[in-house]
Amino acid sequence: MSSTTVVRTRRRRPPPKRPPLSPSGLWHNVGFRGVLYQALVIVLVIVAVVYLVGNAQEAMTALGIATGFGFLVEESGVAIGETVIRYDPDDSYTRAYAAAVLNTLKVSIFSVVLATILGTLLGIARLSGNWLLAKLSALYVEGFRNTPQLVQIVFWYTLVVSMPPARQALSPLEGVYLSNRGLNLAWPVADPVHGWMALAFALGCVGAWGSARWAGRRRRRTGRPFPVVGWGVALVVGLPLAAWLAGGAPTAMEVPEMRRFGYRGGLALSPEFLALLLGLSLYIAAFIAEIVRSGIQSVDREQIEAAKSIGLGKFDIYRKVILPQALRVILPPAAAQYVSLSKNSSLGTLIGYPELFNINNQIVTLSGHTIEAIGIMMAVYLTISFTISTAMNLYNRAIQIKER
Amino acid sequence: MRNPGERATDVTVDRIIELRDVNKWFGDFHVLRDVNLAVARGEKVVVCGPSGSGKSTMIRCINRLEEHQEGTIIVDGTELTDDLRDIEKIRSNVGIVFQNFSLFPHLTAIENLTLGPVMVRREAEHEAEARAMALLERVRIPEQAQKYPGQLSGGQQQRVAIARALMMNPKVMLFDEPTSALDPEMINEVLDVMVELANEGMTMIVITHEMGFARQVADLMVFMDEGEIVEQAPPQEFFANPRSARTKLFLSQILTH
Amino acid sequence: MTSVGTIPAHGRALRRPPPKRESGPIAWLRANLFGGVHEAVLTVLVAWALFLIVTALYEWAVRDAVWFTTDSLVCRRAAGACWAVIVEKHRVMLFGTFPYEEHWRGVVVIVTIVGMAVASGFRRLWSYRLFVAWVVALGVVLVLQLGGVFGLAPVDTNQWGGLPLTLILFVGTVVGGLPAAVFLALGRRSNLPVIKAACVAVIETVRGVPLLTVLFMASLMFPLFVPPELTIDKLLRAQIAMIIFFAAYGAEVVRGGLQAIPRGQHEAAQAVGLTYWQTTRKVVLPQALRIVIPALMNDIIRAFKNTTFVTIIGLFDVLGATRAALEDLNWQPYALEAYVFIFALYFVFCFSMSKYSEDVERRLREGRNY
Repeated sequence: MSSTTVVRTRRRRPPPKRPPLSPSGLWHNVGFRGVLYQALVIVLVIVAVVYLVGNAQEAMTALGIATGFGFLVEESGVAIGETVIRYDPDDSYTRAYAAAVLNTLKVSIFSVVLATILGTLLGIARLSGNWLLAKLSALYVEGFRNTPQLVQIVFWYTLVVSMPPARQALSPLEGVYLSNRGLNLAWPVADPVHGWMALAFALGCVGAWGSARWAGRRRRRTGRPFPVVGWGVALVVGLPLAAWLAGGAPTAMEVPEMRRFGYRGGLALSPEFLALLLGLSLYIAAFIAEIVRSGIQSVDREQIEAAKSIGLGKFDIYRKVILPQALRVILPPAAAQYVSLSKNSSLGTLIGYPELFNINNQIVTLSGHTIEAIGIMMAVYLTISFTISTAMNLYNRAIQIKER
Repeated sequence: MRNPGERATDVTVDRIIELRDVNKWFGDFHVLRDVNLAVARGEKVVVCGPSGSGKSTMIRCINRLEEHQEGTIIVDGTELTDDLRDIEKIRSNVGIVFQNFSLFPHLTAIENLTLGPVMVRREAEHEAEARAMALLERVRIPEQAQKYPGQLSGGQQQRVAIARALMMNPKVMLFDEPTSALDPEMINEVLDVMVELANEGMTMIVITHEMGFARQVADLMVFMDEGEIVEQAPPQEFFANPRSARTKLFLSQILTH
Repeated sequence: MTSVGTIPAHGRALRRPPPKRESGPIAWLRANLFGGVHEAVLTVLVAWALFLIVTALYEWAVRDAVWFTTDSLVCRRAAGACWAVIVEKHRVMLFGTFPYEEHWRGVVVIVTIVGMAVASGFRRLWSYRLFVAWVVALGVVLVLQLGGVFGLAPVDTNQWGGLPLTLILFVGTVVGGLPAAVFLALGRRSNLPVIKAACVAVIETVRGVPLLTVLFMASLMFPLFVPPELTIDKLLRAQIAMIIFFAAYGAEVVRGGLQAIPRGQHEAAQAVGLTYWQTTRKVVLPQALRIVIPALMNDIIRAFKNTTFVTIIGLFDVLGATRAALEDLNWQPYALEAYVFIFALYFVFCFSMSKYSEDVERRLREGRNY
């Protein structure tokens, strides 16, 4: 065609400069409006902060409270009923905080583990072909989900403290005592062999991991299978057992003994800890159960058919097809539940469990440093929340299915 | 070109699949009504019919993804019963390719292929991988071996799915509308692979409305409607003078497209 | 059998009903409870445990229970539950410290709020009129609770309590929190960096801390920050805290809905000349909110359960009032029975809301109008 010859190649050139804003059109300019709104927000925030802080300072001077974090090194005088670390009311506020945070972490971690195990079992039970099991699981989920967690915590606490007094403790098993003082368990007497057993356990774990990797490589090379599970269990259980036998098999148990003010010795779980543990884990388990159930159900029916059609058995289908896909659906909402659980450990304050919120209240009362104390408390909770969600996000990203 | 009377299945000895008076219901809905079909080793059967006519249900019964309630299904001499051992044996002899590919999204293409052999047959992984690569070559996508299904086009996914079914060295391949979820430009790449497979002598039952493909490879055309086999005939006869009014109507509808 | 290769005359196979499968209770039991050895063993074990629990519960809660008595000593002699504590204390548990002779006002408040909530469940009634009805209803509720007009004796908010307080806090949280959630969500998706950052900061901070700390800040820290002349009611402060908490969670839910709206919708709206706010109000929000109703219902149910948290800052909602009722040493030993009662009370509310939400979800999934 002749017209193509007429077209000249056009040179690349930079974009034209924006025309200057005319003052009359300024008000109607998109960019200017945006900047204006934002400037307005910033000014409002600054004014509000200055006003509020000014008021707070006035109030503090009126009350005669010095601001700042200097109080943290002072002697606290806060009494904490149970602690993970050694703690005394003479210790500093910092140490009181540490003790409180550790209590929060202790109850949260145990609850997360318990809730996960129970919730997974309930979720699977709900999908089981066994009618009775499925219905019981549904009943549990509906019951625990649809009542307030705080009422549950108070209920468990009331239940524990209305157990018989320590002298008539319920003892369903030798060495297990349930009374209004909580749960007391017989516990092995400390023995140097325990250290060796822990070491053997660690070695067993490393060994099991190593053998699993070796077996995987061999199977890839030769196709010969290796009883990985059997050997793993043998190593993890067998080595500590061997260490225990070699150390003379100490069987001494420290049985809780009745004293004037309750039990001495053995492992003691306070009523507060017990009630909070139950209240946190049983409630969240109901949510985990639903998450697990919908995660498993989210796997397309056709995926299972495809797996069947290439001959995979029931167990392999679960392990290789359903679980890896379900996990991706389960993890993010499960992480949100873990965050919620750790935050709701603050409800323990109502039954007197010495966790962060509870101890912080006492610190506020004793020190008068309301703003600083609340700031510290919020920072700790934020750190816990962000740590859980960041860890979960990273893990989730690592296992996410690639698309494009 | 064979005449109707010359179909290999007349020789009763070499039937690899046989359905006798198969009936199936979904609840009260009668989906398969007295279905009779025999397929000889090496034969290619193309099944067509309007949607909801029971085509998919029929071939899913052959792989025991669905249970039939009456009649007999025999695959390679084994009758389909509730016996788990029989089901496993049949499943490893019969490969199936689904409409929506159904690849495992969390595994790469090659892992999709090796999962079955390694887990079920305890095949050495490197051997399975070597076979998998060979099959991916055959379906012409060796370069996609390390990609995840989500990163592949529909046509590529379906070819991986065919390769996955072939990994188990099946004696029969079932195809459940393998091209109907594909964009038009991808249909041929999948059909080409299927034609090749047919030329190699694989026994195939294919549900499809690709009539060009049917003319090219089919030994037997089966038309299903409302749960029954209305007509079965070699392609020439089937297309040239269908006997039933329903077949005529159906053919006129899909061939005018 | 038809010989292979012949063509069956079509229409030969008749439609007929499925063969009689085994039916009746025995077949059902085999299919659902006793499928195999494992299954049967499991069923028997579970049933046995269930039997033990149910009989123990029956003995405690029914057979040996005391239902009506004004004398706690009668309960002390009984081996079972003492439901009499509920009969004896129900006025305190349900109305807290609200003046005794004015409890009828609380009853009207409960009926009004529950009635309005039920009415709001019907899609047919969603209109401008329902909104007006809510405004009127809330006005009535406030008048009844506060008093001081129409010859009603004035009641200080310190004396509010029980179920009316729980319901008021709940409704206040949802009514105040939903619009706030929408604005926070829109702000988080804004193109203006400062507004976006501010919304992200609020949402993430509030979601990262327990509701208790937000309530605690409102009750302890807030008074420090405002001039001493300006005192805000303790109840109102708690209400504001709960609204903020609800809004931060709700914002994330709404954001999910906003993200689900395809870009094409914005572009189509802009193409016909709608402004940002018109697009948002007429095109984006109606679609986005529709998808997130089930998720929002979860947040709403949680808001109902979370009203119990105000007990910790010393308000007398149902839980707080119940604890107060149990201060009575005569009845204190029967706290469990009282808690069972309020469990039932909370359960009725939460369960009906969650069933409603499941229904909405099903309708949405089936593509029916909602």
